[in-house]
Amino acid sequence: MVDITVSKERSFPKQEFTDSEAGALVFPSSTSRSYNYFKPAKLRATMYEDVTFDVQPDPDRHLSQGWIYGFANGPGGYPKDWTKLVSSDWHQFRDPNEEWEKTIFRNNAAVVRQISLSLENAKRAKAYSHWNSSWTRFIERNLGAWMHAENGLGLHVFTAVQRSAPTNMINNAVAVNAAHKLRFAQDLALFNLDLSESDIGFDGSVHKDVWKNDPAWQGVRENVERLTAAGDWAEALFATNIVFECLVGVLFRSDLLMQISARNGDYITPTIVGTGENDYSRDLGYTRALFAMLTRDENHGAANKAVLNSWLATWVPQSITAARELQPIWSQPNEKVITFADSLESAKNTFRTVLGELGLNIPKELDS
Amino acid sequence: MSRQSLTKAHQKITELSWEPTFATPATRFGTDYKFDKAPKKDPLKQIMRSYFPMEEEKDNRVFGAMDGAIRGNMFRQVQQRWMEWQKLFLSIIPFPEISAARAMPMAIDAVPNPEIHNGLAVQMIDEVRHSTIQMNLKKLYMNHYIDPAGFDITEKAFANNYAGTIGRQFGEGFITGDAITAANIYLTVVAETAFTNTLFVAMPDEAAANGDYLLPTVFHSVQSDESRHISNGYSILLMALADEDNRVLLERDLRYAWWNNHCVVDAAVGTFIEYGTKDRRKERDSYAEMWRRWIYDDYYRSYLVPLEKYGLKIPHDLVEEAWNRIYNKGYVHEVAQFFATGWPVNYWRIDPMTDVDFEWFEHKYPGWYSKYGKWWENYNRLRYPGKNKPIAFEDVDYQYPHRCWTCMVPALIREDMVTEKVDGQWRTYCSETCAWTDIKAFRPEYEGRATPNMGRLTGHREWETLHHNRDLADIITDLGYVRDDGKTLIPQPHLDLDDPKKLWTLEDMRGIPFGSPNILLNEMSDADREAHVAEYKLGGPAGRPAAKAGV
Ligand SMILES: [Fe+2]
Ligand SMILES: [Fe+2]
Ligand SMILES: [Zn+2]
Repeated sequence: MVDITVSKERSFPKQEFTDSEAGALVFPSSTSRSYNYFKPAKLRATMYEDVTFDVQPDPDRHLSQGWIYGFANGPGGYPKDWTKLVSSDWHQFRDPNEEWEKTIFRNNAAVVRQISLSLENAKRAKAYSHWNSSWTRFIERNLGAWMHAENGLGLHVFTAVQRSAPTNMINNAVAVNAAHKLRFAQDLALFNLDLSESDIGFDGSVHKDVWKNDPAWQGVRENVERLTAAGDWAEALFATNIVFECLVGVLFRSDLLMQISARNGDYITPTIVGTGENDYSRDLGYTRALFAMLTRDENHGAANKAVLNSWLATWVPQSITAARELQPIWSQPNEKVITFADSLESAKNTFRTVLGELGLNIPKELDS
Repeated sequence: MSRQSLTKAHQKITELSWEPTFATPATRFGTDYKFDKAPKKDPLKQIMRSYFPMEEEKDNRVFGAMDGAIRGNMFRQVQQRWMEWQKLFLSIIPFPEISAARAMPMAIDAVPNPEIHNGLAVQMIDEVRHSTIQMNLKKLYMNHYIDPAGFDITEKAFANNYAGTIGRQFGEGFITGDAITAANIYLTVVAETAFTNTLFVAMPDEAAANGDYLLPTVFHSVQSDESRHISNGYSILLMALADEDNRVLLERDLRYAWWNNHCVVDAAVGTFIEYGTKDRRKERDSYAEMWRRWIYDDYYRSYLVPLEKYGLKIPHDLVEEAWNRIYNKGYVHEVAQFFATGWPVNYWRIDPMTDVDFEWFEHKYPGWYSKYGKWWENYNRLRYPGKNKPIAFEDVDYQYPHRCWTCMVPALIREDMVTEKVDGQWRTYCSETCAWTDIKAFRPEYEGRATPNMGRLTGHREWETLHHNRDLADIITDLGYVRDDGKTLIPQPHLDLDDPKKLWTLEDMRGIPFGSPNILLNEMSDADREAHVAEYKLGGPAGRPAAKAGV
């Protein structure tokens, strides 16, 4: 409530020479200059570990009085039974992207700048005027529908899940994932706005109807809505980043849009969608690291694999259906470049690789 | 971006939400509040495209200032008295920050209106920013300040210390229990809207006055995000007020949240500002003066009172009583004295007060010297090891206090202590309101209505219970508050690092037994307990036992 920009008139005390600098004196602990309460993954703690580790306390680590506020029907804090998966030590997880303050804002601001520049240039160069009407329809309908999926997952999967995991390292990685999704969804929406203002007859509102009613998109929408409804945080994360993203997200973004846009005279969509793809490869990175830790767990690896396989049994058919229902959109552009079958096979291959790394079963639906 | 295009952009972004038909988002966190689904105005227009570059710009300024401080040898001018308290403060604050991030989906769960979800998600990212930027500031202090001990053990010490536990409420309170109680009333309507002023504005001022200009850079940068958070909370509050049924819950939560924030934040920040500073110019505001301006005038009178016309029941009595505790009952002085009494189980050093300090206190709080002067003279006299034990174990007219079961700050204003048998145990409370919080508010029923989502007070709430009847040297060893020679303590009741003989070691603590007032209270017969409580309540100020009470 206080306006901190108003500088108060006040006299300041004289600065005093105190010689309180490191090294001014030698005494016990005078050189103890690293956080000493956790074991870094490598020899020396990284900046990321220093600013993230143990910030979320844990009764298994130092928290001697336990959680002092709880829920009506259970303990407070971050109960481990909020997921069926079990870890011998959740604190082993490190985000391979090492996200903290600096990286979050530096990376996302860079993306924002890159996109803004592309959009400005496109406007100046009248880049959209080359679009034929079937491509315009394709983008207004399909990229328009897709942005809902990104936003829904950002808000109701990732933002939600970052409350629930047992360590700060996991929750922060998920929070950054949420930021990516929300930013990307908005980037797509603002691209949509630019297009509707660009005299090419682009309908900026049809995306709502496509997302809600177009049969090609109902499988995707159902999948997304069901992901938001998954109560087990690890299941929501796994079913989204491993299953849905591989089979539907990558299929649509990489194996369709990135392949065909240029041939249809569109150089802008790939630059924007490419940033989303790049975010996803970072986010897949931490997700793989997390689930690899759980499947390789000495004590619980086998049980975790069984749980993950049961989740695959639930979610793979759902995402395969969503993917297949999208098939009609492959024939909408004038320049078709790639067949649905090829796109799907490519997405499935990525998915098989991920599952293989995690030591999980390859579901039979993948071979159909 | 121009305002017009910002408005359009914002309008566009609202098109991203939809009404689900196959399945609705999992409700992980419940609330007893009711909200209708009528569309609401988004409280703040924030889009990622302008948000990320704006925050990056702020970051660049912070990182630039950090480099500058090191190059400019800032640590040749910082006051150790001040920096030592940062070992406590900066161990606490990154947790409330990250908890605020974690609280956002609770608010999103509870409030069905997508118009406000976007702002809450942005707040989540802000709070991750705040937490990690503060951890980084602390790391810089650890690297460049003369005495890194206490910074080096920071998050562990925070988790096992009595003062850390007090601070942890300001964090755990954001993420547990009823989602609206926690993530809206406690976190935003009270903690962010009222108390971030003392945390992020008053504290930095004081830091600067003590030669530390980095803390102001970081915390002003943090505070500049806060107006958006306040706006989020305000929208939810107005939505909650729209349903008559919510009003009794709002009244309950505002009473709890106001009082708990006062107990916790005023204890900590009040102590840092009044006892952690070397700036004793008479024109410098006391904590009470700052509080009067920023909490009483700017928050209570300008923000809270106008909400009365929407049907909000304002805890006028508790605002006045908080002021009364701070100004007339010596709340901050009692707390600072308690922290200093407990120095052997701290992870920071506490500088004795001198005549210059005494004079300033007497000027700002007339009558201060007659209450607290003698004790601080004793603290000074007993500051070195060898001839005496730590002050808590010498006869200096100080009765070790009972702890408040609710806010965990001890019942220092002795006459206000409330004692009740609750859930089969005798518990002590610092005040009527803290007793009410445990006995009435955090229960599955409130004033005859079911409140199945309300949280619970849990855990080993009296810190001393964990260490009852143990040797002080063993306790400190277990806590890890020992320097790298394996024997010298991290905490010291003075700032003199030049002579090893002045530094207390584990050997000086050996053979001193430590006790839990709550365990002893529960072991007493009814008659003994009644007598004990009656006598306790006659004690004070400054912790004087009853027989010697009064001046
Ligand atoms: Fe914050
Ligand atoms: Fe905040
Ligand atoms: Zn209390």
